[in-house]
Amino acid sequence: MDFDFAAEGPKFAMLLYGLVAFVVVVGGLLLILDGIPSLLARRRERRELALAAVGGAVALGPGRRRNWEWLMAAGFLFPAGLLLLIGVVIPAIRTLLLSFMDGGSTAWVGLKNYSWLFSQSETLITLRNTLIWVVLVPLVATTVGLVYAVLVDRARFEAVAKSLIFMPMAISFVGASIIWKFVYAYRPEGAEQIGLLNQIWVWFGGEPKQWLLEQGAALNTVLLLIVMIWIQAGFAMVVLSAAIKAIPADIVEAARLDGVNAWQMFWRVTLPSIRPALIVVVVTISISTLKVFDIVRTMTNGNYDTGVVASEMYNQAFRYGQTGQGSALAVFLFILVVPIVIFQIRNLRKQRES
Amino acid sequence: MAVNSRGRRALVLTSVLGLVFGAAACSGGDSGSENNASSADCAPYEQYSGHDGKTVSIYASIRDTEADLLQESWKKFEDCTGIKIDYEGSGEFEAQLQVKVDGGNAPDLAFIPQPGLLKRFADAGKLKAAPDATKASAEANYSKDWLAYSTVNGTFYGAPLGSNVKSFVWYSPKKFQEKGYTVPKTFQELMDLSDKIAAGGEKPWCAGIESGDATGWPATDWIEDLMLRTGGPDVYDKWVTHQIPFNDPAVVKAVDQAGAILKNPKYVNGGYGDVKSIATTSFQEGGLPIQDGKCYLHRQASFYANQWPQGTNVAEDGDVFAFYFPTIDPAQGEPVLAAGEFTVAFADRPEVQAVQNFLATPEYANGRAKLGNWVSGSKGLDVNNVKNPIDKLSVEILQNPKSTLRFDGSDMMPAAVGAGTFWKGMVDWINGKSTQDTLNFIEQSWK
Amino acid sequence: MTTTTPVATAGAAVSADSPRTAVGRVRKRLNSPIATAASIVIAVVWTIPTFGLLVSSFRPERQIKGNGWWNAFTDPQFTLQNYQDVLFGRSSSSGQLASYFINSLVITIPSVLFPLAFCSLAAYALAWMNFKGRDWIYISIFALQIVPLQMALVPLLSFFSRGVTLGGITLLPAWGLTGSEKYIQVWFAHTCFALPLGVFLLHNFVSQLPKDLFEAARVDGASHPRIFRTIVLPLITPSLAAFGIFQFLWVWNDLLVALIFAGGTKETAPLTVRLAELAGTRGNEWQRLTSGAFVSIVVPLIVFLSLQRYFVRGLLAGSVKG
Repeated sequence: MDFDFAAEGPKFAMLLYGLVAFVVVVGGLLLILDGIPSLLARRRERRELALAAVGGAVALGPGRRRNWEWLMAAGFLFPAGLLLLIGVVIPAIRTLLLSFMDGGSTAWVGLKNYSWLFSQSETLITLRNTLIWVVLVPLVATTVGLVYAVLVDRARFEAVAKSLIFMPMAISFVGASIIWKFVYAYRPEGAEQIGLLNQIWVWFGGEPKQWLLEQGAALNTVLLLIVMIWIQAGFAMVVLSAAIKAIPADIVEAARLDGVNAWQMFWRVTLPSIRPALIVVVVTISISTLKVFDIVRTMTNGNYDTGVVASEMYNQAFRYGQTGQGSALAVFLFILVVPIVIFQIRNLRKQRES
Repeated sequence: MAVNSRGRRALVLTSVLGLVFGAAACSGGDSGSENNASSADCAPYEQYSGHDGKTVSIYASIRDTEADLLQESWKKFEDCTGIKIDYEGSGEFEAQLQVKVDGGNAPDLAFIPQPGLLKRFADAGKLKAAPDATKASAEANYSKDWLAYSTVNGTFYGAPLGSNVKSFVWYSPKKFQEKGYTVPKTFQELMDLSDKIAAGGEKPWCAGIESGDATGWPATDWIEDLMLRTGGPDVYDKWVTHQIPFNDPAVVKAVDQAGAILKNPKYVNGGYGDVKSIATTSFQEGGLPIQDGKCYLHRQASFYANQWPQGTNVAEDGDVFAFYFPTIDPAQGEPVLAAGEFTVAFADRPEVQAVQNFLATPEYANGRAKLGNWVSGSKGLDVNNVKNPIDKLSVEILQNPKSTLRFDGSDMMPAAVGAGTFWKGMVDWINGKSTQDTLNFIEQSWK
Repeated sequence: MTTTTPVATAGAAVSADSPRTAVGRVRKRLNSPIATAASIVIAVVWTIPTFGLLVSSFRPERQIKGNGWWNAFTDPQFTLQNYQDVLFGRSSSSGQLASYFINSLVITIPSVLFPLAFCSLAAYALAWMNFKGRDWIYISIFALQIVPLQMALVPLLSFFSRGVTLGGITLLPAWGLTGSEKYIQVWFAHTCFALPLGVFLLHNFVSQLPKDLFEAARVDGASHPRIFRTIVLPLITPSLAAFGIFQFLWVWNDLLVALIFAGGTKETAPLTVRLAELAGTRGNEWQRLTSGAFVSIVVPLIVFLSLQRYFVRGLLAGSVKG
């Protein structure tokens, strides 16, 4: 156990640099932005004074104000925008281009990768599975998170109770998949079961089953997505619980004076009050569900008809050397998210109107 | 392939650990190049000198204690030449090497276990041709077949490093003795023994092909081994290079032969259940019931030695051992399915070539073998330097002139087939899909 | 998000610990025993897999592979060997786990701070500044969430190792980062990938702050940076804490970004890389995986528990306290 602290020195030095950089970048940006309006204001004042002296128009003012509002916004958006451009936008454009190229990204092949996509009978299965995932995971995870948040609100041991549900979030996707693989583990009849699900099944008089092979009614896909629900319910619970706590008491009081019962209270007061948070939760979980691939990869690698679009994308692009086909799948994923984007636009419109 | 690496990243026997720790203690002080190693000690490294202070990065799939042995094996070279070797092992080697190369961050050297992947990088113009010295020592120590795996369009890219033999059937010498079974010498004897065990109400075979995101590969090894035995090496070569279609009758025959064992409910799956349980049993656990006498035979590569629990005696007279998977037609010689990794370079700086040359020599092979848990196909390897009985047996088979060596076929096919539809097809096949349907599915994916 | 909810419109200051919240009442009326029972059922179902993992992590290898963890209660056999293996390892060249622990911290702290700052700045601008096209910018950033991380690895890596050239002109040379400088790459990558979700989440919370607040401040002549610092930041602390936690968990548990940008050596690789190595070495080293999982869970749990109090009052508490 001879731990050499000196060897760790450069790391801490880097951390220090990082923190200094953080302070300099963020602080510096705010300082500059702070300076701009006063600088502009002073200059404008001077100009206005000059103009006033000449007896000119003061009408220029408002126009100018909108002008530096724009400049200010650019300043606020600059760091995020720059990084998004480098780290996300350019890669996205590149992916789009690659989807029109062959496996080794050397020649243009037009729409071949897309026709490949739709000529595969398996694509239909992955699409079906992706839809099952994106419907069930947000629905169940949010429901469980909400119900639990309501139930433990202000209960004794609330912090502990919440930590229990939150715990799966602290485990990586791969780790969680391995835990659940163990839950579904199979040993033949007569042998000692090591998987909890089969043990319970046997206790109730069933024959041990190979759960991940059960393709009927896409049962194995459901068993896989339970892992995602297990992880995401914690996220839903945390956000929704916080939203619930923020519901003002006077609304509740008013409703109570109206004589509503508990159910009505939940549906008419609680739910509408937390609607924004609810939407955030559902949208966020939906998108991360569309992107999830580690769970499928770790548990079945898409065998037994359990593949999803994202796992197939990873296989094509990084395992089979078919960058073009993988990119086409990524673009396809982007198309799947369009309905959510439209929903978001409508939301934003509504918000602006009010 | 994903596979032999997966197996080889194995835990080493405890005896090796003492050695590693001892070595680590000695190498504690980083004395750099100007250490006090006597010049006599460094004499063999004289030819690699002149690159003092340079760094060479190596990327491979070998990790943990196996990686310790690797780094130990070139320690002396580093001390004497002053070249620093930065080694990094990753479990996601294949996918990440691609990302690193495409991202302009390629390592100087990589140990690639798949000739198919090697070809992809060579075709893309990313690889550097092997230096002359590497080529010369590879030609002196390896058969033509072996060299062909790292030759693309006439250019030789790198010498083999480690190897492993896949044509093994694991068994328990102890249990065989108790029951009075003998090690079968022919394929017929193997099937007779299976019938005999099955007649007694026991399951002779056990298997497991689950391997996370590489699920299915152990079954492809079965097919390859039987392709070599039912079709012979020539048909095998045509199959691997797609000169005959994947659903050719010759392939159907081999797969059905494998099915006669793997899909025979009387034969499998000892200790785990029915035929389908093969699909969900992990390859690491596949053969373990042999110890408890719940099954008697398990076809798996030499690296399966690392899967037995600590304290298991892996020897001809021990708890478990392996015998050569016998051939069907002795007239065809003794086909051996093998795998291994190749040292290829993404840079051609002189110090990189020095390291590459060094790793290709028999001196390196012998030095590495002495550290234990290693097999090489190099003819220059002295079998007495090899430690474990199973590694010894592997080296003997690799060096046997009667052996007809063939590289793991799935590692040579395009990854979309060899690491994709072939694996997937085998899983479906175990799950009840017919041989013809399975092969048709794989064939249509091979463009 | 819509602001037509009582949350944002109710500007009245209300004591947060008033027992008369909607939910409190629902729970009371719902016949407490049933509610309690239901919550216990959910908690148990959610905890059992992790609990099984915890029990397994103390069982000897042979037991773990031989029978279910619940047998540990009838036949208790426990060992610390698994933790010993994970914490002190058996590979000399890989070094101490503590070293990886430090790497994880060095990677995680800036990778959480930068996105927090950049996202809240952007979210504020998108929510409360008036300029042309802001809705489109916001929707675009939102949509970028779907871009798969994997597809961004190659171009971003290329950005660091080759720099930027346009038409033969070098706009930015290769960064040439070595050793512990590689942390910069990791911070950069994590920050990039966190932005779409972060901007989306924080925008939702920032945009729900009451409008009068800003109007009053503007009338007083406060500049945007000033409003951001003195009004917005304190009010969205709970949401910052929440997003901070999620980002922390993501970075802490990340393996992919770390492997590509930090590499797998003990100089820079985080805990996850080492744990994956430990467990993957033999693939079925379940016993090491169990203990490894717990070692890596500890820090996120501590962070969660210590930050929990920040948003116990509610992510939107700010609007209520207004």
